[in-house]
This record gives sequence, C-alpha cells and structure tokens, in this order.
Amino acid sequence: MLNGLLDPLGFEFMRNALAMGVLLGILCAVVGSYMIVQQMSMMGDMISHSVLAGLPVAVFLGLPLSIGALVAGVISTIVLSGIESQSRLKIDSVMALVLASFLAIGTTLVTVLPGANRIDVMHVLFGNILGVTRSDLILTFGITILILIAVWLFYKELLFYTFDPIGAQAGGMPVRWYYLGIVTAISLTVVANLQTVGVLLMIAMLVAPGMTAYLLVKELHQMMVMGAGLGALSGIVGMYLSYYLDIPSGSAIVLVAFGLFLLAFLFSPSQGLLTQSEMKRQLADRLRGLTRSP
Amino acid sequence: MLQVQNLSVSYRGTCALQDVNCSFGAGELVGIFGPNGAGKSTMIKAMLGLIQSVNGTTLFLGKPLTQQLAQVAYVPQRSQIDWDYPVTVWNVAMMARTIQTGLFRQPSRQSRELVKAALERVGMYELRDRSIGELSGGQQQRVFLARALAKQADLLIFDEPFVGVDRKTEDIMFEIFAELKSQAKTLLVISHDLSETLSHYDRIVLLNKRLIAIGSRHEVMTDDNLKAAYGSPMHFVAA
Repeated sequence: MLNGLLDPLGFEFMRNALAMGVLLGILCAVVGSYMIVQQMSMMGDMISHSVLAGLPVAVFLGLPLSIGALVAGVISTIVLSGIESQSRLKIDSVMALVLASFLAIGTTLVTVLPGANRIDVMHVLFGNILGVTRSDLILTFGITILILIAVWLFYKELLFYTFDPIGAQAGGMPVRWYYLGIVTAISLTVVANLQTVGVLLMIAMLVAPGMTAYLLVKELHQMMVMGAGLGALSGIVGMYLSYYLDIPSGSAIVLVAFGLFLLAFLFSPSQGLLTQSEMKRQLADRLRGLTRSP
Repeated sequence: MLQVQNLSVSYRGTCALQDVNCSFGAGELVGIFGPNGAGKSTMIKAMLGLIQSVNGTTLFLGKPLTQQLAQVAYVPQRSQIDWDYPVTVWNVAMMARTIQTGLFRQPSRQSRELVKAALERVGMYELRDRSIGELSGGQQQRVFLARALAKQADLLIFDEPFVGVDRKTEDIMFEIFAELKSQAKTLLVISHDLSETLSHYDRIVLLNKRLIAIGSRHEVMTDDNLKAAYGSPMHFVAA
C-alpha cells in the first residue's frame, strides 16, 4: 500500500503534477466559491474558453502566453457586460455568444497570425498535468498566494458585495472594483489551470469542490476552506488513479471531484437527498406514534 | 433635509420617471405608493445613484446624496437577495459596519455591540448563528432591519419591506420606525399596502411615472389622485 503511494513520487513529473493538483485544488475552491454564490459559474466557463483568443496574439507579440490569456479573459467579461447592459438580452445568451466568438477568434488567429500555429490547440483544450514544469508551478503558486491574500484582505467587503450587491452599492462601496476584482481572479485562475486541465474540463475544477462544500457548511469561509481540502484531495486521488489506471489526468481529477460531490449530495447531514428522506421518514413515524397515543 | 429636484429617469428610450420634485424632513416617515411599474424603486435607485440615465439632483443636508451614502441604510426588495447564500444572521447584520470598519480591519468592539443591540431589538439575537436561509420571511426581514439599525444612518430607505412578512414582524417594524422618527431620522418606505397601515405615515407620496401627489393621507388619497395613479379609486381600502 505504502509502496503504491510512494512509487509514483520517484518521478519528477509526478511530484510536479501532484503539487500542481494540490495548488489548483485550493485556488479553484476559493475562487469557485465566489462563482457559486454569485451564480457566475457559466461566466467561468465563458472566460476559460475565451482565453484561447489571447494565446495567438501573445505569441505574435512575443509576450508570455499567460498574459495573453489573462487579457483575453478580462476583455471577454467587459464585452459581456457591455452587451448585457446596453440591450434587453439576457446574460446567459450573451455569454454563449461571447464564449463561442472568442473561441472562434482564437482558433482563427492560430492559423492566421505568423508563428501562432505552434500553439497546440488540443493541448489547450484538454491540458496535460503530466507536462507541468517548474515554471508552471511557480506561476500557479504565485497566483494562489496572490488570490488568497486578496481574499483575506477583502473578505468582509466581498461577502457584503456578493450577498447583496445593491445594498453594498447603496452603502457607497465601490462595487465595480469588486466585480472587476472577482472576474480578474477568475481569469487568473483560468490561466493557472490552462496547462493542467485545459479549457474544457476547467469549469468542473472551479465549481465542483465548492459545490460539495456548499452542501456541508453554512458560511462562505467554511465553504472555501472545506472546498480547498476537497479540491486538493481530488487532485491527489485523481493523479494516482491516472497513474495506475492509465486514464487522462484531467478527467481523473474531475471524476474524483464529481464522486465527492455525489457523496455530499446523497449523504450531507443537513441537505443530503438520502439523509433528508430518512429524516422525513423518522418524523412521519414519530407523528404517527403521537397520533396513536391516547 | 432631503431634496429631490427635477428627477427624471429614462430606460432604453422609455421614460420611467418624469420630473419628480419633493423634499423630506428629519423625523419624518414617508410612504411611497403607486401601482406596479410606477417607478417607486426607480426613484429610490436614481436618488442613490444606483442606476444610470438619470437627470436631476438629490441633495441631503445641502450636498449630493451620492457623496454621502455612508449616511444611508438601504434595505432592498426580498427578490434581490439570494436567501440560499451561505451566511449567518450575525454576519448579515455585521455588513452594516463594513464601511465604518474600513479596509483590512476587523470590526471594532463598538461595532459588535451595535450589531448585538440591533439584533436584540428585532428579537433575532438568539438566532444569530443560524443560516439566513433557515429563517422565515419575516425573520429574514427583521435581520435586514437590524442591519439598517446597526448602520446608525440618518436616512433609512426600505423597498417593499412588508412583502412576505408576518403580522408580528410588521408590528415590530412600525414600532422601530416610530423610534427612529423620534431620533430625527428620515425614513422612506415603498409599499403596496393601502390598508390601515397608511395611518403610520406622516406623509404619502403617490407616484405613477410622475409625482401625482404628496402630502398627508387625507390630502393624497383622494378619488382623483387614486384614479390618476391606479386608473380606478377602487383599490383604496381604508380611509
């Protein structure tokens, strides 16, 4: 058993992948918690697809890919709110259009811009945690620390803003900055995930651990802490499953995260499907007992 | 104390509110009435600078209200809040102290005492560790009332505070409104309830895209005014 756990650690790629899985588990749970409570999950999906538009531009301009991805992600949210606020269209349809359009811009620019065709679109879509380098780890570590510090410093303001945005604005809080801060944090998290899980599976990394924790706790900070633990656990278990079963690492991590969610969905003490029906059954039995007694 | 001057709002080419002029004094409880879509919430949001495409000015103690939002406690409509949000009663009430506490700081002892007193006043301190979603509609509204109290604002604005609340909560709210009046606070309350509760208000504002009437209950609730606002005087239940 112990050897089974230690053997894979003999490989540097596996050590890097596990460290990346833990870091992303923590980062995604914290940022994902805000996405869940703000009902912004689909925005995360939109941003994760939209970053593709920035990659060929970054290659063309000789900038780091992460900068191109970050800028494209933030621009997609600005386009989204621009269209949504100036029209009668609902936000979900605008998000669908922006997502597909930025993806189309990205895939077009990859073929059009000089040098951009060295971007491996399949790699961007599906990621490859086993190809994680030391510099990827340093970047993700930096982003994680930055976002954790920002959340710690602005926790009470962000709690107010995400719970009651109109009340926060009416109280004189600079809500636009908080909105921009959250979408920038989502974009940074997407950049950190790009190499590892890729565009297509990223949304599950972002929301699954937070969703699981949401079913188990009653405060936002508890959701973040528990989500971080569950996210890190998904990363570690997923990587071992991937190593031993020879399945794609991103998919393995996401499936573990989904398995944990299912457990909470069925057995959460306060909100579980089975525990709730069991409680209702016991209550009904007790009520029947009361009506029978003289 | 609070002056609304030539306030107009247009929304994608449609006029939502036209040229409203009115003023409110300290220690006054004002009810804002009108049919659905009359622009009641729009007026409040325009005054607070929460929406764009606004013409006109709102002055509070002679200065633009939007520069003095720290003096305002605003309770939004129930429908604007996600009641499944993972937050406790205590932390909702503590939101009142966010601005006063300032960035990067923890709430002071005074803030905690104010929040405790406010929750006790509305009878919700015992339930402080509950999730907001576990409470009834009336209890949730009392927590928001506590949040407004704990802010210690001079201008308090409530948007449809009686929707979905029980009689006990309604009574507590009017009791507290009376206490706030005696402390020279200004209270604006948007309501639909044209029943005996009208007698609680010092003045009534009747809106329907424009200011139909402002004044005492007897001055405002005339057949002509009600017809202008609602299209029919039949909606008015109690004199």
